Amino acid sequence: MPLGLLKYGLSSEHPAPRFFRDCTEPKKSYDAVIIGGGGHGLAAAYYLAKDYGITNVAVLEKGYIGGGNTGRNTTIVRSNYLTPEGVNFYDASVKLYEDLSEELDLNLFYSTRGHFTLAHTESAMRTMRWRAEVNKHVGVESYVVGPEEISKACPQLDISCSGQAPILGALYHAPGSVARHDAVAWGYAKEADRMGVEIFQMTEVTGIDTKGGKVVGVNTSKGYISTNRVLSAVAGFTPRITEMVDLDTPIVIHPLQACVSEPMKPWLDTILVSGSLHVYVSQSSRGELVMGSSLDPYEFHSTRSSLDFVEGLTTHITDMFPFLSNVKVVRQWAGMADITPDFAPIMGKTPVEGFYLDAGWGTWGFKATPISGKTMAETIAKDMAPDLIKSFRLSRFEDYELTGEKGAASVGH
Amino acid sequence: MKLLECPVNGIRPMSEFTYGGEYRNMPNPDTCSDSEWAAYVHYRNGAPGVKKEWWYHAPSGTWFIAERNTMTDKVSRTYLLGQEEAK
Repeated sequence: MPLGLLKYGLSSEHPAPRFFRDCTEPKKSYDAVIIGGGGHGLAAAYYLAKDYGITNVAVLEKGYIGGGNTGRNTTIVRSNYLTPEGVNFYDASVKLYEDLSEELDLNLFYSTRGHFTLAHTESAMRTMRWRAEVNKHVGVESYVVGPEEISKACPQLDISCSGQAPILGALYHAPGSVARHDAVAWGYAKEADRMGVEIFQMTEVTGIDTKGGKVVGVNTSKGYISTNRVLSAVAGFTPRITEMVDLDTPIVIHPLQACVSEPMKPWLDTILVSGSLHVYVSQSSRGELVMGSSLDPYEFHSTRSSLDFVEGLTTHITDMFPFLSNVKVVRQWAGMADITPDFAPIMGKTPVEGFYLDAGWGTWGFKATPISGKTMAETIAKDMAPDLIKSFRLSRFEDYELTGEKGAASVGH
Repeated sequence: MKLLECPVNGIRPMSEFTYGGEYRNMPNPDTCSDSEWAAYVHYRNGAPGVKKEWWYHAPSGTWFIAERNTMTDKVSRTYLLGQEEAK
């Protein structure tokens, strides 16, 4: 490798292979247009090409690929949800993730760590037992453990949390993992591109053209593209896209902030989450602690991060790990989370023919990247949503058939 | 520290306030259709812009209206409901 680097350094050309072609001019029309070059949009493009042979597809990204919430989450993958529908769906995602490095021929640093959701109160313990039973019923490895087992897995953790919030137990979830999130976007982009999908960065959608309730094209910063199938996979920008087709949704945007510490030698094997302390933490493969918190308390369309957030988060982290008090925070950021009232996504068809929605990913989108891509590709190819995502349909709100996942959100929101 | 102006207590730290969501008009439940009611219960105007919002000053128990740009977080004015003109 050092020799290879030297060769690249001395070469006047750029011999490193590109992950995907540098597309600049879109064609006049495509079989499908995907708005949003994050993990979800690129995965949908990949599975459209791979599973259904639909390769005349454009992915339009207003920034650069993976630069939105795909690159802003805390990379946790898990399936220990509360509803059977949710557990089945996220379990299918975990299974796809497990083989994804090989499938995409790119090392995603997918690392199965085990995942503890700490409970500091009796009511939290009750939710953990509930989730464990639903998980077991569906065949997902989750069970309730006591403080001794948590201490054994993570001896550095102060079980009393500095006396502030003693830990009574936890929901242990064996398949809980972390992955390199930007590589997930690049891997899907690379393979989708190889099969013919065209990816346009710095290309913004400015309008969606409909005729008689059907999609006929999109206006973009690079001109008009005609198509009769459009997928919106834009997370925090969803309300701006749905406004273009006069579609009402329950989605409200709240910032979600996260930060990383300076790198340390590996000491934290597991992923730890505390709902009461509003903290989730894992150690990345380069040694940084990746730490996330709860949503910011009010609607705000911005990715700016705040001192309030770091102060709150580090207070709670040092309750759990007092020895971290001298460790520096080196980066902090925010993503725009598209929150739904039941903390479940909104996926599938909409009242506008040819307009498909993959949204409402709030604080739980990264883990669903492969399965959302696969199921949205099926929805677009067959113009019918598969059973796996039926309980995430937009019309569930009018039917009062919500899919209540709030109890499985990583931290109390 | 972020600040917000309570129409009763003046400028106070943001930590004293709670967000109550966008101000919305309730349709008449006796005359509206089921889908209008479902839309009122669930759907929200999620697009960014200047919105009329409910805010609550917790120490004094005051609910009031703030007009805030959800893109810039800039509050243009705050007033008690129904006292918009007086301000």
